[in-house]
Amino acid sequence: MYPSRFSYEAPSTVAEAVAMLAAADGEAKILAGGQSLIPMMKLRFAAPAMIVDINGIGGLDYHRADPDGTYRIGALCRHADLEKSAALADVQPTIAAAAPVVADPLVRTRGTLVGSVCHADPQGDWASVMVSLEGAIVAQGPDGRRSIQVADLIDGPFQTVLAPDEIATEAVVPAPRGTRAGGYLKLERRVGDFATVGVAVSVEMSGGSVARAGIGLTGVGPATINASDAAAALVGTALDADAVDAAAQLAAEAAQPRSDHRGSADYKRHVVATFVRRIGAQIQRSEQEAA
Amino acid sequence: MALDEIKIGGLGASRRRVEDNRFIRGKGNYIDDIALPGMLHMEILRSPLAHARIRSIDVSAAWAIPGVRMVLTGDMLAARNLAWMPTLSYDTQAVLATDKVRFQGQEVACVVADDPYIAKDGCEAIVVDYEPLPPIVNPTQATAPGAPLIRDDKTGQDSNVVFDWEVGDREGTDRAFAQADVVSAIEMHYPRSHPSPIETCGSIADFNRATSKLTVYMTTQAPHIIRAAVALVAELPEHMIRIVSPDLGGGFGNKVPVYPGYVVSILASILLECPVKWIEDKSGNLISTGFGRDIYLKGEMALRNDGRILGVRMHTDSDHGAFFSDAQPSKFKIGLMHSAFSCYDIPAAHLTAQGVYTNKAPGGVAYRCSFRVTEAMYFQERMVQAAAADLGMDQAEFRRINLVRDDDFPHRTPWGFLTDSGQYGKCLDLGLEAIGYEDFLRQKEEARQRGRLLGIGISTMTEPLGAGNSREYDILGIKMFDSAELKVHMTGKALLRTGAKTQGQGHETTWAQIVAHELGIPAEDVLVEEGDTDTAPFGMGTYASRSTPVAGAAVAMVSRKIRAKARQIAAHLLEVSEEDVEWELGRFSVRGAPDRGVTIQECAIAAYSNMPDGMEPGLENNAYYDPPNLTWPFACYIATVEVDPETGVWDVLRVVAVDDCGVRINPMIVEGQIMGGLTEAYAMANMQFITFDEDGNCIGSNYMDYLLPTAWETPGFELHEVVTPCPHHPIGAKGIGECATVGGPAAFVNAVIDAIGDSGVRNIDMPLLPDRVYEAITGGHDISGAPPVKTE
Ligand SMILES: Cc1cc2nc3c(=O)[nH]c(=O)nc-3n(C[C@H](O)[C@H](O)[C@H](O)COP(=O)(O)OP(=O)(O)OC[C@H]3O[C@@H](n4cnc5c(N)ncnc54)[C@H](O)[C@@H]3O)c2cc1C
Repeated sequence: MYPSRFSYEAPSTVAEAVAMLAAADGEAKILAGGQSLIPMMKLRFAAPAMIVDINGIGGLDYHRADPDGTYRIGALCRHADLEKSAALADVQPTIAAAAPVVADPLVRTRGTLVGSVCHADPQGDWASVMVSLEGAIVAQGPDGRRSIQVADLIDGPFQTVLAPDEIATEAVVPAPRGTRAGGYLKLERRVGDFATVGVAVSVEMSGGSVARAGIGLTGVGPATINASDAAAALVGTALDADAVDAAAQLAAEAAQPRSDHRGSADYKRHVVATFVRRIGAQIQRSEQEAA
Repeated sequence: MALDEIKIGGLGASRRRVEDNRFIRGKGNYIDDIALPGMLHMEILRSPLAHARIRSIDVSAAWAIPGVRMVLTGDMLAARNLAWMPTLSYDTQAVLATDKVRFQGQEVACVVADDPYIAKDGCEAIVVDYEPLPPIVNPTQATAPGAPLIRDDKTGQDSNVVFDWEVGDREGTDRAFAQADVVSAIEMHYPRSHPSPIETCGSIADFNRATSKLTVYMTTQAPHIIRAAVALVAELPEHMIRIVSPDLGGGFGNKVPVYPGYVVSILASILLECPVKWIEDKSGNLISTGFGRDIYLKGEMALRNDGRILGVRMHTDSDHGAFFSDAQPSKFKIGLMHSAFSCYDIPAAHLTAQGVYTNKAPGGVAYRCSFRVTEAMYFQERMVQAAAADLGMDQAEFRRINLVRDDDFPHRTPWGFLTDSGQYGKCLDLGLEAIGYEDFLRQKEEARQRGRLLGIGISTMTEPLGAGNSREYDILGIKMFDSAELKVHMTGKALLRTGAKTQGQGHETTWAQIVAHELGIPAEDVLVEEGDTDTAPFGMGTYASRSTPVAGAAVAMVSRKIRAKARQIAAHLLEVSEEDVEWELGRFSVRGAPDRGVTIQECAIAAYSNMPDGMEPGLENNAYYDPPNLTWPFACYIATVEVDPETGVWDVLRVVAVDDCGVRINPMIVEGQIMGGLTEAYAMANMQFITFDEDGNCIGSNYMDYLLPTAWETPGFELHEVVTPCPHHPIGAKGIGECATVGGPAAFVNAVIDAIGDSGVRNIDMPLLPDRVYEAITGGHDISGAPPVKTE
């Protein structure tokens, strides 16, 4: 598999990278982990004239909490960095649950969360996780920085509102209004398989009830789905079985799956509901254990 | 003192694989590692459509790209009478399409350039004008009235039927069914799969105008057959053709056929007079080269209430793709399908088989099996499970009642094969004991009370390995024997060459062990070489588990010839008559005076320095071995699973394997073969298939869709052994390369069907993806066949 001809640049600062992108007039692509871009180039589905490799830019490989609880994930933080972080499960349980089921161990050592979100693959796991957390992307372009909610960033399969000369420098998860709980469940046919169905549920519990909830769906629509009605059904409840059940139904309705060789649309909807229920029950159990 | 056979790496030694030394150091020599001076690179342009008429091909833009050296199309080949080539099943296959494309991925044109990037650019620049035709993706469509004719190139071909064939005793079987208390019927599909070696196919053709010699480095499991084929098809003199099969990154049957890429690279090298390399990419390999399986079954069993099987009827509809190029050497149209039920004592059986053309890739290779044996044994064991259920009988007990008994050998199978040995009941009992059968049935019942679904599946089978004998098996007339050549150097070290071709089986390790066993020369002193037709003796290659049964036997036989000559030398050295010389491993001694002796190494040097008067010097020989019969290993595989009723996901709890492959040359390698085979069996049962949508688009054309299991999900395997030596093989071996791939899938599927038994579902076709299992449980109906996938 041989890609088309391209030129290669390796900037050492974000500003330099932005300048290169701007000069390339929409013909350049950023290379982060390369785990989506390079396969597409080898298949000649993508044929950028220039590659701007950001791996040489220092200081983008972090993931950390601000003092107020805001969580930041740099553009070069790899899936494996998140997977191996022992502290993450307490502060970001949904991210911690997803990290080990994204792709396979090899891909996880290279692929980045930010790159995955920017790639906007409807079957990408991270965008659903970020949507469930009301996460945002910080983008830097020639005219400065802006923050874009992930739910607004993605505007179609493999499409984002990022300008061709913008770089996403980090992903940001706002501070929780209470204690975080959450989970990510993925139906895959094998390790390294994209999701047939993926469900991210994130909640913030305060005084025994849900202060905020988010549900993101992977692989069951033309793009990542923000199941906001389903999430709303959880807010104010104690996450009891009835509330979770209602959310599960609404999430299934929010899904827009297609029938294909991985299963019928009905089956995929059913799995969405099942997974919402299972994550709900998981959270319930751990809340009870903690109490 | 006789040598310790295990210490010198003889039979039974779990010697480390000598080939791994170079593989794990990255020092293997695979096709893509070879670079010749002045070598050009070739890429193939493939059809995006499954069925279309070619109106025109415009190659001018490709020629205009700097670095493009040649663009080849079907018309160019036709001018040299090379647009079509014969297949291994007496059909023809397009090398490059001239009139129509008949499957997605078919070879349409080739570009030769200075590097593979330019060659790929050249392919993209070719403009082909296609007129789409309706595609056919399964046998039902192929035989429907008014179906478009796929092979309109063949005179006299007025339908899409390739063959109608039958074997067995029709009347006897009808009588058996008339007497039956119960008739058990089931239909199923064995989906299309792909051998998918990690290394794809490739070749480097190097025609030297000055010497007229053509050297082709090629990923082939059967280099000598290729040499013969090139000689016949290209009309080149055979002694001027050298085929070299370097280290192979797996074969599994995929590297038996002749592919268009090989042929065109050879022609390009002859025309351009420089080496031309073609390395297939992964998608090219998956969509165009020899697939496995793709057969539909209608099966019926005539049963007596006491559990005896009275007769079996099978009808298969096989999908051969656009060209009938099944790689199989028997005279039977559907391979050894009629080896089904060979482990059971059944009086009557009848098989009818129809094969059809479809707009799918050709191939029908024996993917890690002997020619359709995988399908045969899968159908058999699924039918057996359904029959036991229909009789309301325990599945283990039903098998025990019908298995051929130890004192019944040689046994004539229902379709006329002759099996020679085995301890089937013992293997079954060992398997049941290992899995804790009774205990598991109790656990299953308890779990059921709590809404959990546990299941157990058994698969018992004997399969025919080691084609030929030469009476019944040939490839284009060439008989299915095999060969070995042994040269013992004067220092007692040796060079062994065979006509087989290792591709992961470990011949370099195990052949040396056979020599060690026969001659007492330590295995480490024996260098094994295969794959170069200029040096290796003529042989039919490695597939169908035939290496140990055939080439391995030749190794033993040639070693015995060497020993016979060494004995004469020993008698000369010991100054006694030959009758007074006794053999113990590695040494001849004088009868009655065991202290007086000479080692095999001393005989070796004497063969060059002190031979008896009149004896030809040297210690070399060769052997051609024509096996008297197939060999018949037996296996019992048992799997336990738990099915999640809410999602249809199933997990394997345990897998027990009991294999009787006769004498084990290298137990470690045998176990590796079994584990590898079970992994492939699990893959087929669980996740793997190549399917097509209504437009004939191949779904499964890359590793995101065609799933190979990883270490992560592959279950652990518990291995057990029984040894019943093969009575007619020189060292009693039966072959093990494929048993687990053949017998394994039914164990997993039977287990899942057992787990969901309450739903009344009799069959879910492989792969048992979660959605199919869920639909079966909730709908309470079978999930059958491989309907074309609808992409919304
Ligand atoms: C075998 C395999 C299995 C996989 N399985 C899964 C899976 O199960 N689930 C899953 O979610 N993913 C899966 N992936 C994809 C993987 O997670 C990728 O790593 C991820 O989608 C993209 O991240 P990356 O850093 O590799 O991005 P790249 O491939 O480098 O880039 C992807 C795209 O995003 C753009 N981009 C990257 N970084 C930025 C940035 N900072 N700013 C702006 N644009 C940017 C690039 O220009 C490109 O268009 C798999 C990949 C492989 C090869």
